[in-house]
Parts: sequence; C-alpha cells; structure tokens
Amino acid sequence: MLNPDAKLSEKVLTDGVETAPTRDGFGHGSVEAGKADANVVVLCADLSESTRAEWFEKEFPERFIEVGVAEQNMAALGAGFAAAGKVPFIASYAAFNPGRNYEHIRTTIALNESNVKVCGMHAGVSVGPDGATHQMLEDIGLMRMLPNMIVIAPGDAEEARKAVVAAAKHGGPIYLRFGRSATPVFTTPDTPFSIGKALTLWDSENPQVAILSTGSLSYEALRAAKALADEGLETVVLHVPTVKPLDEAAVLAAAGRAGRVVTVEEHQAAGGFGGAIAEFLSARHPVPLTRVGVQDRFGQSGDPDELVAHYGLDAAHIAEAARALVHNA
Amino acid sequence: MDVNDETIAALEKHAESIRETVIRMLVAAGSGHTAGPLGLADIFAAFYFHILEHDPKSPDWDGRDRFILSNGHTVPVRYAAMAHAGYFPVEECLTLRKFGSRLQGHPERLRLPGLETTSGPLGEGLSQAAAMAYALRMDGKKNRVYVVMGDGEQDEGSVWEAAMWTGKHKLSNLTAVIDRNNIQIDGMTEDVLPLEPLRAKYEAANWHVLEADGNDLRSFIGAVHEAHAIYEKPTVIIAHTVAGKGVPEIEFDYRWHGKPPTKEEGKRFLKEIRTMGGKVTGEYA
Repeated sequence: MLNPDAKLSEKVLTDGVETAPTRDGFGHGSVEAGKADANVVVLCADLSESTRAEWFEKEFPERFIEVGVAEQNMAALGAGFAAAGKVPFIASYAAFNPGRNYEHIRTTIALNESNVKVCGMHAGVSVGPDGATHQMLEDIGLMRMLPNMIVIAPGDAEEARKAVVAAAKHGGPIYLRFGRSATPVFTTPDTPFSIGKALTLWDSENPQVAILSTGSLSYEALRAAKALADEGLETVVLHVPTVKPLDEAAVLAAAGRAGRVVTVEEHQAAGGFGGAIAEFLSARHPVPLTRVGVQDRFGQSGDPDELVAHYGLDAAHIAEAARALVHNA
Repeated sequence: MDVNDETIAALEKHAESIRETVIRMLVAAGSGHTAGPLGLADIFAAFYFHILEHDPKSPDWDGRDRFILSNGHTVPVRYAAMAHAGYFPVEECLTLRKFGSRLQGHPERLRLPGLETTSGPLGEGLSQAAAMAYALRMDGKKNRVYVVMGDGEQDEGSVWEAAMWTGKHKLSNLTAVIDRNNIQIDGMTEDVLPLEPLRAKYEAANWHVLEADGNDLRSFIGAVHEAHAIYEKPTVIIAHTVAGKGVPEIEFDYRWHGKPPTKEEGKRFLKEIRTMGGKVTGEYA
C-alpha cells in the first residue's frame, strides 16, 4: 500500500495524475532560491529556454549569466562566482554538463570544494527524438565518483523544486539531475524532502522484494509495485533521490526486510545508482540484487515512453525483474 | 606612475631571493618544473612586493586583490614569493611535494591559505578570474583581479571560451598575464601548436593587449599601471620572459620545463643566481 507518511498526490496511480518535466522544478526552485538569497546566480550555456533557466532570468535578469555554448568555461566560471561569495547554479544538458566539462568540474568544483550546483538537464533516454548524443546515461556514475560531490536525481517536478531550494542552502558542490519529458508528479508540497534522505513510497507487511529507485522512474517502480500487489507479490518501494550520500539506514532496512533488491534508474545499469546500492549492500548486507537500467548501450531517437519501454525501464520490466528475482533467489 | 630606482633595486633583490628558494625547493623535492618558475620570478616579485593589495597575515582579507595562478605547475615561484612576503616560513618551502605538506605539487586552495583556487589542469584560471571580476563588479567592489597563464596553456580551447566571455563583459578590473617564454613540454610553442599572432587573437576577443619584458621589472610594472588605466576592456599583458632566467646554462631550453635540478646542478644554479651569471664576485657568491 501507499505510504501515508509520504503524503503523495491523491491522484497517484490514477489516470488523472498530473505530469510535468523535472526541469520545471529547476525553473521554479531556482526562482524560489533566488528570492530567498540575493547571492544565487544562474549560469546557462545557450539553453535557457529548455533548461528553464529563463524563468530565473525573467525574475532576476541581473543575476542571470549567459555563457554561450561553452560548458567548460561555465563550470570554471561557477567556481569563480562561488569563490566570490555567490551561489551559482550552472545549467546545461547533462551530456555536456557534466559530460563535456568533467575535468573542469573535478578540479575547480569538487577538489576545490566550491559551492557550485551543477545542473544536468535532459538526462536519460526519455529525452526522446534528439537521440543518443543527447541522452546522457553516464552522469550519475561520473559524478558520484567525485569526492565532495553530492548527487541528487529528483523523482518529479515538485521534488526537483525542493531539491533546488535545498541545494542553494547547502554549502558545497552538488550535482542535480533533471529530465526533459513530462513525468507524473506523485509528490506534493507536504511530501518530506531533505538531502540524503530516502522516501518509502509503497510498503507491505511482508515484502519479498525491495524496489530501490532513483529519478522519475520511481513512479514506474510504484506502478510495478501496484501490479505485483494485485497478483499477490508484496514489495516495498524506496525512492532514493540522493544517490550520494546514500541513506544507508533506509537502504539497509528495506533490503533487510525483503531479502531481495531490484534497483531502478534511467542510466547505465553499471556504475550508477544500482552500482552504488550493490557496492553498499555487498559490504553490509549481501542480498540477491537485480539492476534495472540501460544495459551497456546507447540510446536512439523515439518517443520517450517508447524508449523507456524499449530499454527495459518501465513498470512492466521492473515487475518482471522482481518476479524473476523472487522465483530464482 | 613611475617606479623609482630604489623600488626597482629592492624588487630585484626579492626576485633573486625567490629564485634561490625555487632552486632549493626543487632540489629538495626531487621533481617539479624549473624553467617556468625561474622565468616568472620577476613577475612574482612585482606582484607580491609591489602590485597586489594583500595582507600576508590575513590571507582572506576581503579587500585583497585576487591573484590567480592558472598554470599551476609553476607554483614553486608562488610558494617562494608567498613565503618571502610573510605568508609562511621560508623553510616550509622545502616541504614542496612531500607527503603531508601544504605545498602540493600543484596548488590546492583548501590546503594553503592565500591561494585563491586549485590549479594545474590548464585552461581553467581565466574563467575563475573572470567570474571573480564579474562578481566583484556586481557587488560594487573595487578589488582587482589578476591571473597568470602560461603560453603553452593557450592551446586549451577553454582559454578562448573564457577570453571571449571576459571580452564581452568588458571586465576592466581584470588583468591577465601570459608568461610568453615560448616553450612547452614537447618543444617550442610555435612548433607544437603555433600561437601567433597571439596579440591579434586577444584583440579579436575585445581585449586591450600590452606587451612587456617580463624579466624587466620596470617594463612589467609599467604595463600593469597602464592596464589599470584602461576602463573599456580587460587587459592582457603578453610578458616576454626567458624560461630558466637567472641560470644561463638552462635559459630558454624547453628540456628544463618539467624537471628539477639535481643536487649538484642546484649548487651550480644557486651560484649562478647569486653572482648574476658571474657578474658579481666576492663573499656574497
């Protein structure tokens, strides 16, 4: 059953659930953060409309900084602004930020412990028609390997808004991951969010599988849990927006109760969120584990839903992974 | 503003001390870059003992000028200059590149107060300096921002991303210095990847471009004063230096870009520096 403490949308798991892209959460959250703190600045690399940075620009034109198609410069500019006491958010597509400018982020932001918020939009195959070049599937892995870096993949637009506001208040480097296409808004303003905390979306008396999910696919995980419950397979769904640092207690509790884990992410199945969970659990509480993610492949053009299904990331595939795990282990 | 002979003489002394310390620290470290730091000794003497608004006893002082070293591999010259200026004891320079030292092989901001940023990977300092200049201007502050880059560093594409952005915003509170010693690790800059016409490249990005003799204190300080007078644009000073300056046997030799002197070479180099290439003799040598 849905976890009442999560205070999810009343329309969750119905056809009426509202949808919005998580990048909208960046737009709203950055404006909110800008109102709360005059030091917040937003830098963008020639993608202000699609990253939603223009929402901030409209509100605070003097604090919006256009960088041009120059993501390396943008990252190091971010470090410079932070050194001068500003709270910079640097926004572009994840394929370029942190894809293109990784070493600039490594040296000037992570090693330097700069108060820069790296915002990667259009992550995952759900970018859709743009194809593989723009469908970033390696960013969680890249960023979670960096010391000092916090990594957050919000589950929906509302949580993304909260994550941006929280990031502005948190001193230090943070990577925030956003998607392009509209996905269900399953949380509400009352849903708790804090950096480093996981959220139980679905719980059962005697779960046989714990589905641990990050990003907007957590809604697919929830749909899978509902379908599995209907056929009598009890699960727990733990939404883990902060990939680093992991909410270790919550992960241990879920894995401990269920004894089997399925991880879910719109990212390469190797090296990302599932990798982080596997590393942690193999040391602390080894259990059979299946990683749902992109299997060492690049994406391609198509509709977002079509691609999410094709790459095995939708509710049907998550449910199937859970069934197989229960059956085999 | 003219600089009097007395000031120049004092700065020359500081430059000589910096060179001696650089040689000592490189011999002690057993690795590191020699040519660049020696070539930059005059420029660093000028900055730390004449140009910069700073307080060695209060490195985070809000009123300080921001001084960014972008080509971090030349950091021994910065450590030596900082030590002689009073940031930390000169003897600590001998811990360069050693385990536990604050003086990392490439500078790390979090380890040593007085460093504005972490550098080493090239093509990142100008961006950071530009953002600092932009932010200071946003806040109505008068502090100046200086950034030293290498000439080989100009190969990096991100230098030009930053150069265009700095030019666009007319950041006249920023002065860049390019250490134009014409050498990089694999050879002469014009053989590895030609930079010329370097002046025209920066002019095209809306910079005011000056050239100076980076081993002549009067020439270099004069250029910095002129840069202060330019209000419409950022200024870059192409500072022509001789790599390895002060030690004739290694001057202008790219093979000395990335290696330290041995103990024996160090003794010989120190003697060269102290006698100004044999021009001075006597007890001091």
